[in-house]
Amino acid sequence: MSLDSKIPEGPMDQKWTKHKMDSKLINPANKRKYTVIVVGSGLAGGAAAASLAEMGYQVKCFCYQDSPRRAHSIAAQGGINAAKNYQNDGDSVHRLFYDTVKGGDFRAREANVHRLAEVSNAIIDQCTAQGVPFAREYGGLLDNRSFGGAQVSRTFYARGQTGQQLLIGCYQALEKEISKGGVTMYPRTEMMDVVKVNGHAKGIVVRDMITGKVESHAADAVILATGGYGNVFFLSTNAMGCNVTAALRAHKRGAYFANPCYTQIHPTCIPVSGDYQSKLTLMSESLRNDGRIWVPKGKDDAEAIRTGKKSPEDIAEDDRDYYLERKYPSYGNLAPRDVSSRAAKEVCDDGRGVAPTGLGVYLDFKDAIARLGEDVIRARYGNLFQMYEKITGDNPYGTPMQIFPAVHYTMGGLWVDYNLQTTVPGLHCLGEANFSDHGANRLGASALMQGLADGYYVIPSTIAVYLAGEKPGTITTDMDEFKEVEKEVDERMNALVNVKGNRTVDSFHKELGLIMWDNCGMARTEESLKHALKRIPEIRDDFWKNVRVPGKANGINAELEKAARVADFLEFAEVMCYDALERAESCGGHFRLEYQFTEDSPEVKSGSTQPGEALRRDDKFAYVAAWEFKGVGAEPTLHKEELTFDSVHLAIRSYA
Amino acid sequence: MNLTLKVWRQYDIQDDGRLETYDAKDIPIEASFLEMLDIVNERIINDGGEPIHFDHDCREGICGQCSLTVNGIPHSKEQGITVCQLHMRKFKDGETIWIEPFRAKAFPLLRDLMVDRSAFDRIIAAGGFIDVRTGSAQDANNLPVAKTRAEASMDAAACIGCGACVAACKNASAMLFVSAKAAHLNLLPQGAPEKDKRVLGMVRQMDAEGFGNCTNLYECEAVCPKEISVENIARLNRDYAVALAKEAAV
Repeated sequence: MSLDSKIPEGPMDQKWTKHKMDSKLINPANKRKYTVIVVGSGLAGGAAAASLAEMGYQVKCFCYQDSPRRAHSIAAQGGINAAKNYQNDGDSVHRLFYDTVKGGDFRAREANVHRLAEVSNAIIDQCTAQGVPFAREYGGLLDNRSFGGAQVSRTFYARGQTGQQLLIGCYQALEKEISKGGVTMYPRTEMMDVVKVNGHAKGIVVRDMITGKVESHAADAVILATGGYGNVFFLSTNAMGCNVTAALRAHKRGAYFANPCYTQIHPTCIPVSGDYQSKLTLMSESLRNDGRIWVPKGKDDAEAIRTGKKSPEDIAEDDRDYYLERKYPSYGNLAPRDVSSRAAKEVCDDGRGVAPTGLGVYLDFKDAIARLGEDVIRARYGNLFQMYEKITGDNPYGTPMQIFPAVHYTMGGLWVDYNLQTTVPGLHCLGEANFSDHGANRLGASALMQGLADGYYVIPSTIAVYLAGEKPGTITTDMDEFKEVEKEVDERMNALVNVKGNRTVDSFHKELGLIMWDNCGMARTEESLKHALKRIPEIRDDFWKNVRVPGKANGINAELEKAARVADFLEFAEVMCYDALERAESCGGHFRLEYQFTEDSPEVKSGSTQPGEALRRDDKFAYVAAWEFKGVGAEPTLHKEELTFDSVHLAIRSYA
Repeated sequence: MNLTLKVWRQYDIQDDGRLETYDAKDIPIEASFLEMLDIVNERIINDGGEPIHFDHDCREGICGQCSLTVNGIPHSKEQGITVCQLHMRKFKDGETIWIEPFRAKAFPLLRDLMVDRSAFDRIIAAGGFIDVRTGSAQDANNLPVAKTRAEASMDAAACIGCGACVAACKNASAMLFVSAKAAHLNLLPQGAPEKDKRVLGMVRQMDAEGFGNCTNLYECEAVCPKEISVENIARLNRDYAVALAKEAAV
């Protein structure tokens, strides 16, 4: 099967308008005859469910949380980008488009990114009208701040809880539609599989997390907005329940998985302190507007700090290495996430890390507090400083924060065409769960933008392209296709509780997470990936022989929920490593140690980059890697979507 | 550190619940409260038992899913945090800790420490929104909002819908939640057209769900992890009186 991205013809800035004009419509009286399933109620899923219901479609929306308001979009702190140019600092749709393509290290699909930049402004208008309390200036107009990878201030924010406020806006729109009868909401309901009828996705099988009952839901189209797979590493900034099950099950039913190796390691998280730890906490990138990142210049000083003989205040100004400002003078502490994370790893590998484990760097507000006063810093970041103090017991107004990179976001996801349809007809994928807009690295404040763009503006238009060719209401859950999948899910649940082994689910998840972090984490090599590919099937076999899932398959059973997700991570981890192994280059969040610039590289000699920077190989790898499932444990088949760059010139990505 | 836990265990709504005792030995002092429960649960499973069920998700104080009453106080006695942000360094070695669910008639118990808070969703569906169809909004800067007003709205909007306010109240009143959700929208010019309808709808749904009445004890404010002010309750009472009077006049 060849990949058809269905990118519309015509100039870049007219493709979306033209596509909407050329696409079929469904007349308002007919929309109510169609049922659409939306899995996930975060920014992408919630926005899609509410918007589709407003248009007249019958929507069924599912989430595993106890309320759609708790989806993990809620945890986004810093902000949302838009090309409003309210600051008169030279921003435009083209600049946002350009920054996003460059920030993605030239591995995103240009046409999708341009559309994202085009609809960004309407998102801010919509959210403001819904009552999202964005930060304002004294004149009553909206305020902006800066984020990594951009030299303009285009980020809108609501204190340090922009994600929660945008999600509440979305959730309130969803509840409005629930009250009007356009959306039926199924909280505490986990999607376990996709059901295909005649090759098209026509429903899902779910597990009711209260009764344990396995049930089917039929529809005319299915939308997955189920987030990313960062929890394959066990430790990440994701919520505990975030999982890959929906995406993996779709993959096993024929949806190609694109670029799974692109994982974002966020540079500013609270460092790991022990093996009891269940998750990592992000400190918003917005802190880098005012915080300065440093480690001691000397290893002796770093050693003294680690052992408690010195404190950061003892290190003289001249003995500090503000390494981001030194290496990337024009972006400084606001260098993009992938670049900043690698730089932190580099100084820690050099023995200059400051946390007790050696894996930590300072984020210091001393200069900002001296310049602006503590009150201004408290107004900007108060809740983040409070969060830091609660977790670490340190007061960041008095002593610098310690931070270290942690798994945060996954750019890879199900392959989708311009209409956000996967390789399975009728199955669509939105938000973090798809692959299309962020390339190999996502810029800060772009995830919220993409989730809402997909949900509010793209899918309401593009779903009609599929539905217009379908006769509505022909599918019912008593069809054999549904019964078969229900039976499979039932058997899988029962198999998990019947292993009755001697190891807990978490112990397997932690083992897998460590393998992934050590071998497919911030730095990867051919050797490490081959090692991971050997170990993952061993852990998976061990899991199915020795896992202990107490309790029964019916009723509330948190261990069973976890076990089903971990079982799927154990299958998914392999395709991630295959992808990372195949991509013999470094780009964005994918850093292969074999491919970096050295002292001898001509580009280093000419001064256009520095040793240790990512070496992209456009001649060989300027494509999307879309993987086709071939069986558990079998090597997936690679399909390539070649990327062309007509509007943005392929170049070494420099932030110096 | 070593602790003794007294934990509420109840298989389902039909089951009579009981407090059970667990030894929590060798708990790292840096662990969070929920990580302490993770450790205890690992040991329970290894010993052949069924783990203590509790709701949690983001573990960074924003999703509002965690809901434990610690030593009689929702989210514990520490101010301005959810229980997932509570760390063991706040306890003394050898302490006994009582862990119970968020108790209220309108929050039926599901299992152990998990309760059903879907009543909150139904209150929002009864009017806690601004009816603006996707695609119909004007430019965001066409409607300036005074910074003080926007900040007051944001203060109310910080509510994470956890339900601690209800659990802390001797009447199990949801007034702090409902008033915060209403104030978030009522304070903004965007929220003005539907203000009366919103207030009447939300208050009536709140009553229908079986929450108690507010008797101004302000336990809700004291336990709120986002420190939402009871000023919102005064606002809601005023707005409700006005809306009722207008309704009667029609």
